[in-house]
Amino acid sequence: MTDQAMDPAMAVEKPDRPKGPLIYRQSIFTRVTHWVWAIAMFFLLLSGLQIWNAHPALYVGEQSGFEFDNAILRIGAENTDAGPRGVTTVFGQKFDTTGVLGVSGAEARPQFVGFPGWATIPSVRDLATGRVVHFFFAWMLMGPLAVWLVAAVLNRHLWRDIILKPRDIRALPKDILDHVTFRFHHGRSYTPLQKVAYFSVFVILFPLIILTGLTMSPTMNAGWPWLVDLFGGRQTARTIHFAVMLLLVGFFVVHIIMVLLAGPLNELRSMITGYYRTSPGTEPDKKKDSANG
Amino acid sequence: MAKLIQLNRRRLLGLGAASAGSMLLAGCDTFDFLGQRNHPARDFLERANQLTYAAQRALVGDQAMAREFSESEIRQGQRPNGSTDPRQNIEEYRQLVAGNFSAYKLRITGLVETPKEYTLAELQNMPSRTQVTRHDCVEGWSCIAKWTGVPLGRLLDEAKVKPQAKFVLYRCYDQMGGGLSAPEAYYETHDLIDAFHPQTICAYGLNGQQLPVENGAPLRVRNERALGYKQPKYVHTIELVDGFSTVGMGQGGYWEDHGYDWYGGI
Repeated sequence: MTDQAMDPAMAVEKPDRPKGPLIYRQSIFTRVTHWVWAIAMFFLLLSGLQIWNAHPALYVGEQSGFEFDNAILRIGAENTDAGPRGVTTVFGQKFDTTGVLGVSGAEARPQFVGFPGWATIPSVRDLATGRVVHFFFAWMLMGPLAVWLVAAVLNRHLWRDIILKPRDIRALPKDILDHVTFRFHHGRSYTPLQKVAYFSVFVILFPLIILTGLTMSPTMNAGWPWLVDLFGGRQTARTIHFAVMLLLVGFFVVHIIMVLLAGPLNELRSMITGYYRTSPGTEPDKKKDSANG
Repeated sequence: MAKLIQLNRRRLLGLGAASAGSMLLAGCDTFDFLGQRNHPARDFLERANQLTYAAQRALVGDQAMAREFSESEIRQGQRPNGSTDPRQNIEEYRQLVAGNFSAYKLRITGLVETPKEYTLAELQNMPSRTQVTRHDCVEGWSCIAKWTGVPLGRLLDEAKVKPQAKFVLYRCYDQMGGGLSAPEAYYETHDLIDAFHPQTICAYGLNGQQLPVENGAPLRVRNERALGYKQPKYVHTIELVDGFSTVGMGQGGYWEDHGYDWYGGI
């Protein structure tokens, strides 16, 4: 099927906007791993918060200070004249987080937990189940990542779209300007800002969260002691694991906003069928590539 | 034809968006069924634990040692957790403590050529191993302490493990549960790789002192490459077995019976 043949059907969408060709943009490996990760990250996040609630504090170093203070984050509850309040302490600064962190749930039956029940799997305290869910989906993050990496090297997705190159850095200021003025360019490859985002996720955040996760394993500590040294102690690794989680949540929020701003149907279609409507002036697919989609 | 494909794709996109949205909005008691033991979905997710166990055994050498620290890195007492005082409900244990464990005997039984019994004094007079290691609780915290005890492998060699033995089962004085559920005696199991590991010791000393009651007196087994629940306290019997399906609820340990993974390596 050529692009010419597809066009009349596409014209139903919005006849007045000038359109570039419909191109085959996302390989089957990118699309399948994307959705497996979407599910896996959902379960990893919520089961991870469940696990974290078993000991809602973060430390720096090898161990957790019970008789000394090396905590940088602590979520708990305190009794006050006004009843129990949720207190979150970050770098020694105390914040009242009643309703969300420390104390949450109905006022008549407050729950004294770090993260509230709606943010954890299961919704009640159940560390054992949280661990079962977390480690299953940890494999669902890692397995597809290995498949994706091989495919992305072979089909050049990694080089074309993910690896930041000097010319991407040079083009970054203009791309930032384009984004803040909502001028989105839909090309064959990713824009410099997109590359920054996906480079961060694939080259920095995913490896970091996997390696810090492994660093919390006492067995892996015996096998790969360099991991503990790399992150400066098991409890520091746990803290980094948590921080990277926050960054990935941030990525998710920006990701969803950008999909909505850039044209949700076109973006979703490209991640389901692989086909993407580009901006005018984009080179169409060579016939063969398109048909093999 | 093109139009038909178009409609189907539209529908697919709509369905995808709707299901993703409902997943986020539903709140997470939607997945509380995963907490039900023996639910097929949970059984399926639990299979990943076998994969983790196999991967860790493959990646980490059987003799790989847990890191040992210098004494200067001991900055606090070993944090007591779980059972901390079986005197409250176990009469036999109360009497042992009252007699400073002079009546205590560690039994080695099961699939061995020569069952053995050791008093605490006998154990303390055997060649010992002292190690400063980091204890990692399943809850997430860590604590560095100095442990002194007899390598378990030495005791197992003296009792001569039979070839059909596959696991070491530890029986403990402390009882967990109570309240609505009947009290259950704590027990744990290790495979023979962990049992014969040079750092696996029957510890009677902590930070240069006799092991306190709150940390498992008179004897706590250390397995330095696993989480805290794999390090049973108040051990009185070490039994060599070829399986553990008939012990407790059959999962290989008190916490395993309550949903934790058996290997406990991560």
